[in-house]
Amino acid sequence: MRGSKKFLSAALILASASLLAPNAMADKIRIATEGAYAPFNFIDSSGQPGGFDVDIALALCEKMQAECEIVTQDWDGIIPALRARRYDAIIASMSITEERERVVAFTDPYYSNVLALVAAQGSDLTLDPEALKGKNLGAQRATIAGQYLEDQFGKIANIRLYDTQDNAYLDLAAGRLDGLLSDKLPAYDWMQTEAGANFAFKGEDIDIDDKVAIAVRQQDQALKERFNAAIQAIREDGTYAEINAKYFPFDIY
Amino acid sequence: MLGEWILALSEWLLTLTQGQEPWDAYARYLPRLMDGVWVTLQLVILSGIAGFLLAIPLALMRIARSPGLWMLAYAYIFFFRGTPLLVQIFLVYYGLSQFESLRNLGWLWTDVLSQPYWCAIIAFTLNTSAYIAELFRGAIQAVPVGELEAAQALGMSRRQQYQSVVLPRAFGIILPAYGNEVILMLKGSALASTITLMDLMGATRGAIARTYLSLEFFLLAGLLYLLMTALLIGAFRLLERVYNAHQHATHLSVKKLDAQLRDEHLEQQVK
Repeated sequence: MRGSKKFLSAALILASASLLAPNAMADKIRIATEGAYAPFNFIDSSGQPGGFDVDIALALCEKMQAECEIVTQDWDGIIPALRARRYDAIIASMSITEERERVVAFTDPYYSNVLALVAAQGSDLTLDPEALKGKNLGAQRATIAGQYLEDQFGKIANIRLYDTQDNAYLDLAAGRLDGLLSDKLPAYDWMQTEAGANFAFKGEDIDIDDKVAIAVRQQDQALKERFNAAIQAIREDGTYAEINAKYFPFDIY
Repeated sequence: MLGEWILALSEWLLTLTQGQEPWDAYARYLPRLMDGVWVTLQLVILSGIAGFLLAIPLALMRIARSPGLWMLAYAYIFFFRGTPLLVQIFLVYYGLSQFESLRNLGWLWTDVLSQPYWCAIIAFTLNTSAYIAELFRGAIQAVPVGELEAAQALGMSRRQQYQSVVLPRAFGIILPAYGNEVILMLKGSALASTITLMDLMGATRGAIARTYLSLEFFLLAGLLYLLMTALLIGAFRLLERVYNAHQHATHLSVKKLDAQLRDEHLEQQVK
């Protein structure tokens, strides 16, 4: 029974793949980013998406000699919309996780990330469960930081999950949050701004071997391989280092 | 286009046939969705009642002769009916927190204005009260003149007239429309998830963030919203039967009435 269902689905996929073939020949790759995750992706003053992710995306497209279109999409719908074929790839600082790998395919990583706890400079908050008891902790919804908070401290602390990282910063600055668990690099960038100047990293970084990569649909293996080759190419010819230096004074690969 | 649809459909069918995984996810997240249903109901019921209470003085101000009073109410109603609910929620939640002085208000900040729960209730109350006030204004003006004359003839003061005749009558008139407004509020309450509240929508988005079963969980959430709507419709039907009993009296057997009071036309309708 299960075998025949699988066969049916496979036949349907084959049939639709052949219908799609002419579409795939037109070499235009639609790439999604979030646009609310400075300095990796944001909307600049002229309304265009910019940032590390976008620069990397454009560099990769140039290497692949492909025509690319960058679109923006809210974070918690970014994977569903990829699967619904609104675009072909996600270059939006997405970490490789087991849960995501079940539904999308990831390329080789293009940078590495650690998590860090951010709190007011005078705060004595640490990642010790005792210190976090009853505290208001925030993170962005559908991120590894959010999952880490829910899994580790969901029972002892009050967890708030935000639509965007920017909204989480707003509430941290307003004093609604005692601490924010975030990817370290964007938080570092926020602390350089006026709003984030009074905040600091607390405790040790959380290194969960977090690699950030490009997500494509699982059946698009050819596209994945093209991205992999292009990532290697920009690493080797110095384009990557150039882009890296624009945003961070240290290597983030 | 057709190919894309077939592909999407077949991918979805494939996930349904593959193992037990989705059912585990439903079992794990359904209790959280039910917690969300409870939060949603609290938001709608509390803001529905508070909005109603706030709407009465607003409606009375709106029909007052003094320009200071009616212009104030008019401006309030114009603002809250004329701006998106999402904007109002963000103004209350992210907007107010920008004022340093508000953050030094003690309990008012720590227990109320810093809590997403109360911010959502405040925003929903302000919004819905504007709509209900307009309903009330229309209903007050629709109370039959004869009833007011009767009240005057009984020597009632203006205050007594409003308390015993105008407002109770107006309440009966707006009841169906008020039920409608509460249902609109139920659906609007999904916006509370944007300020971190774990209402039904928030819980659904949380489940999708972990499982990526967006179609399944959004359908489930839709179903739960439908059930809540059905519940509200039933509650308002009941309220209408009790409060507007005179409009529902036709179910009484006409034949038991005094022959003098029998109305053949009405009997035809009942049959």
